[in-house]
Amino acid sequence: MRPFDYQRPAAPEAACQGMSASPHAAYIGGGTNLIDLMKLGVMAPDLLVDVNRLGFDTIKDLDDGVEIGATVRNSDLADDPRIRVRWPVLSRALLAGASAQLRNKATTAGNLLQRTRCPYFQDIDVPCNKRKPGSGCAALGGELRNHAILGTSEHCVAAHPSDMAVAMQALDAQVVIRDADGQTRTMGLDHFYRTPGDTPHIETRLNPADLITGVRLPAPLGDRQVYRKVRDRASYAFALVSAAAVMQLKEGRIEYAAIAFGGLGTQPWRDPKVDALLTGARPSEALFEKAGDVLLRSAELREGLEFKKPLAHRVLKAVLTEATQ
Amino acid sequence: MTIDYQIDDPENANLPHPNGHGPLGADMERRDGRDKVTGAARYAAEHAPDGLLHGVLKRASGMGTVCLTNVQEVEALAGVRLVLQDERMIRNAAQGTAGEAPVQGVDTADYIGQPVALVVADSSEIARDAANLLKVQSVGDDLPVLPKHGETDPDMQENSVTGKPQDAFDKAPVLVDATYTTPSLTSAAMEPHAAVAEWDGDRLTLYGSLQMLRYNRAELADCLGIEPDQVRLRAPFVGGGFGSKLGISADCVAAALAARALGRPVRVVQHRRQVFEVNTRRSETRQRIRLASHSDGRLTAIGHEGRVSNLPGEEFAEPLLQASYFNYAAPHRLLRSEMVRLNRPAAGSVRAPGAAVGVTAFEIAMDELAQKTDVDPVELRLRNLPDKEPGNGRPFSSHRLADCLTEGRDRFGWSDRAAQPRQRREGEWWIGTGMAAAVRVNLVMDAEARVRLTPEGRAVVETDMTDIGTGSYTILGQIAAEALGLTVADVDVTLGDTDLPPGSGSGGSVGAASTGTAVWLACAEIRRDIAARMGRKPEDLELEGGDVIVGNDRRPLMDLLSGETLSGHGKLAPGEALEKVRQATWGAVFAEVAVNDITGEARVRRMQGTFAIGRVLNQRTARSQAQGGMVWGLGLALTEAMVHDARDGHVVNRDLAEYNVPVHADVPYLDVCLLDDQDE
Ligand SMILES: Cc1cc2nc3c(=O)[nH]c(=O)nc-3n(C[C@H](O)[C@H](O)[C@H](O)COP(=O)(O)OP(=O)(O)OC[C@H]3O[C@@H](n4cnc5c(N)ncnc54)[C@H](O)[C@@H]3O)c2cc1C
Ligand code: SF4
Repeated sequence: MRPFDYQRPAAPEAACQGMSASPHAAYIGGGTNLIDLMKLGVMAPDLLVDVNRLGFDTIKDLDDGVEIGATVRNSDLADDPRIRVRWPVLSRALLAGASAQLRNKATTAGNLLQRTRCPYFQDIDVPCNKRKPGSGCAALGGELRNHAILGTSEHCVAAHPSDMAVAMQALDAQVVIRDADGQTRTMGLDHFYRTPGDTPHIETRLNPADLITGVRLPAPLGDRQVYRKVRDRASYAFALVSAAAVMQLKEGRIEYAAIAFGGLGTQPWRDPKVDALLTGARPSEALFEKAGDVLLRSAELREGLEFKKPLAHRVLKAVLTEATQ
Repeated sequence: MTIDYQIDDPENANLPHPNGHGPLGADMERRDGRDKVTGAARYAAEHAPDGLLHGVLKRASGMGTVCLTNVQEVEALAGVRLVLQDERMIRNAAQGTAGEAPVQGVDTADYIGQPVALVVADSSEIARDAANLLKVQSVGDDLPVLPKHGETDPDMQENSVTGKPQDAFDKAPVLVDATYTTPSLTSAAMEPHAAVAEWDGDRLTLYGSLQMLRYNRAELADCLGIEPDQVRLRAPFVGGGFGSKLGISADCVAAALAARALGRPVRVVQHRRQVFEVNTRRSETRQRIRLASHSDGRLTAIGHEGRVSNLPGEEFAEPLLQASYFNYAAPHRLLRSEMVRLNRPAAGSVRAPGAAVGVTAFEIAMDELAQKTDVDPVELRLRNLPDKEPGNGRPFSSHRLADCLTEGRDRFGWSDRAAQPRQRREGEWWIGTGMAAAVRVNLVMDAEARVRLTPEGRAVVETDMTDIGTGSYTILGQIAAEALGLTVADVDVTLGDTDLPPGSGSGGSVGAASTGTAVWLACAEIRRDIAARMGRKPEDLELEGGDVIVGNDRRPLMDLLSGETLSGHGKLAPGEALEKVRQATWGAVFAEVAVNDITGEARVRRMQGTFAIGRVLNQRTARSQAQGGMVWGLGLALTEAMVHDARDGHVVNRDLAEYNVPVHADVPYLDVCLLDDQDE
């Protein structure tokens, strides 16, 4: 067996220290993703540092926003009255994901960092650049369905599977990070993930022992919030396409627009050009069509993924229509 | 003594009949339900004899000759006991009722995912990791994995022509000519396949997750090169099978061999991902259906031509055409099916083999005909029902399709629907309705059972029959209670053990009729004994409430037994009746479906199913079976598909997150109506 150590420190210092001790250590939150991947032989950490006793399990009020602790469970976050009232798009995105059992276990940080559902990534018998850098990509030329059409490279076309992160992307979330030296910094979610390029195994801008302690949500800039998810069955399925919209209308014009997408990108996708096009404009079908064209201008429609372009177009239009009605 | 009974005639008049107010047919909860939900029921993998070792199957990641390149290294790992590659190991599961070994020898891989070795260790974690570390090389030519590349097997053709179908198609006033494809499907039973094997000298006991023990025992013995009576199989609880556990699978043989080699009990549980590739799948199909009719929808000719696939050498062909021989009347008929040989995981029986995809495609074509002729879909079916089996004139033992269609139509409220598409909309959703007839051949199989009546007045039913979640424990108890005038609580039922008389096993929907009849026969023998003790004829006897009644004479059964146990053995054989009459079960299913105008997502809003399935032994378990069938129908139509990689055929979506069986949110209210029908 691959032996691994397990630590459950009571303070962040000890956690970061533990992590620094081994290049193959990993933090563990709910374990709903990491443990599965360990069983499949996809991930093989030699040390698990449990983050559940570090005191990051509450949602704190900030001046005008909130800071969601890294280990707040997805179900608790979705149920929180503050979130439901001011950031309903986040509640809805969370509830559209996984199953009740998984949400009871899954943590905020773990959800942001969950790995792709590309089936070839999960199959250790085939090449995968994300799993084994430089080995090739079995998905290219294979069966594509839950893969990305935006941000892809010739080295990887895997989509980021999270629903929660899509809503957070539209809410200008900031990830709070504690580094190995005990310094805390924040990083906008729009800057947090990396496109695969030729290093698809490096998914974020985190440094090795960086610990996510929470996620800050600033006051919502729009009170019209919509989350919509298209999937292969009514529940318990990842998004084929999803969209989160946060919008504000004033005197018949769109005063603020932040739109993010799931199932389309190698990361929870937000395109400033789409937001810019919408901002200041009057809602109209033509405008929404145009937004779709802008979003998908550089979409790579590999075989099997052609359906995502028209689908994304239609979903975007429906979401914008709903948010501006 | 044994009561031997062969069903040679459609009428089985000389058997005792239930009196109608006993426990038979009641709405009864499953007797094992509580044990199952509380965890008291122990499934195969939960048996842990002392000294148990753990085996994990290693899969082939390529096809061709297999070479394990680092066996010594893996065997040297701490806790690893053995890397087993034995010529008796099997490449894929045995087909249902095979009774003999499937292809053996795992030094060649016929498909990707095939087991090629077993790694045995002190814990399942060690074994799993060691199996991951074991390196497998396979050398061989590219083999066909896509239907368009596979070769047609001339020995596996079905070809039946009645009249002049081609003429009829050419001259038809109305013709539907449509081609449908369906993907590979899998059984997706909840419990993964598992075996715990233990030897005592040269006798093997194996706890398995199996549907048909009498055949499984012969299959396993044949694999191991021993006699069937050296093998004892036990499967008291089985967490669903849906065809995938009809025949033994790789876990059984590997566990038995490893346990023998190591002199310790060995457990092998298939990983969920292996369940998807080691056990049989339903073949993908292509079906061309032609319907020629008069302008009023009356059929003049039907054509059903199919293509299915399987591994070279496998004799199972998805029986696509099974129902098309008798579903609708038409003088001219063309029924053809061909098999292409592909190196994908073996195909076999999955949830209503043949009918599930064959009837579905045919019924879709009927809808196209309804559209073309502007005849109501229910009416169209009613117009085309045969009064005898088409082609050969064989009578139907019972034919209740018309009743199912009309009863279902009324219960569903079919006449209120908008007959044309795109008539009803709610928000973004288009609401439509549809219906299909359901037809399935009916079989009975050899079955035996023993019943003992103890001096305390309790009955004990014993057979190797399995309960795969269907309710065998419950209905066999009901049957014995009915026959002996007892309450179900007075009857103990012991199943799933090859030391007991061989039942039919669970598969092909034969279990209740076959093993149930064997139990009834065993009870009839006991009744005969009782009658003899009273100096009466069995038919004068009434058993009720633990009493024996003959005319005015009523006495407690226990008095009559005076300390003795009475025993009966029932033995059923199918006989000639199956040839003399066409037996089938009938149904009609109606659905209201919403399709999202923006996304194309389809969600079922309600379903109604009306079925004539013969005598209902237990309202609740029968209803549950019908509902399960409707859920699988929903999955077949909307959510399920096994994805094969087009380059090498391997199954890409090998878990329950990616293979989409319907979840609760997909399943709406399912109204089930069981027509009371006694198909003698
Ligand atoms: C069957 C199934 C269906 C699912 N369906 C959906 C779905 O529809 N939508 C969806 O969005 N999700 C879905 N999920 C995924 C689920 O949301 C994730 O598994 C979950 O959010 C991961 O959280 P966790 O706390 O369990 O993470 P873990 O498994 O504990 O960790 C995941 C990763 O995060 C790292 N990590 C954890 N905490 C920290 C920290 N504080 N700092 C730094 N790194 C950390 C770990 O090292 C690991 O690499 C599904 C999962 C399953 C199994
Ligand atoms: S798409 Fe990415 S994750 Fe999937 S196989 Fe290719 S490299 Fe691996």
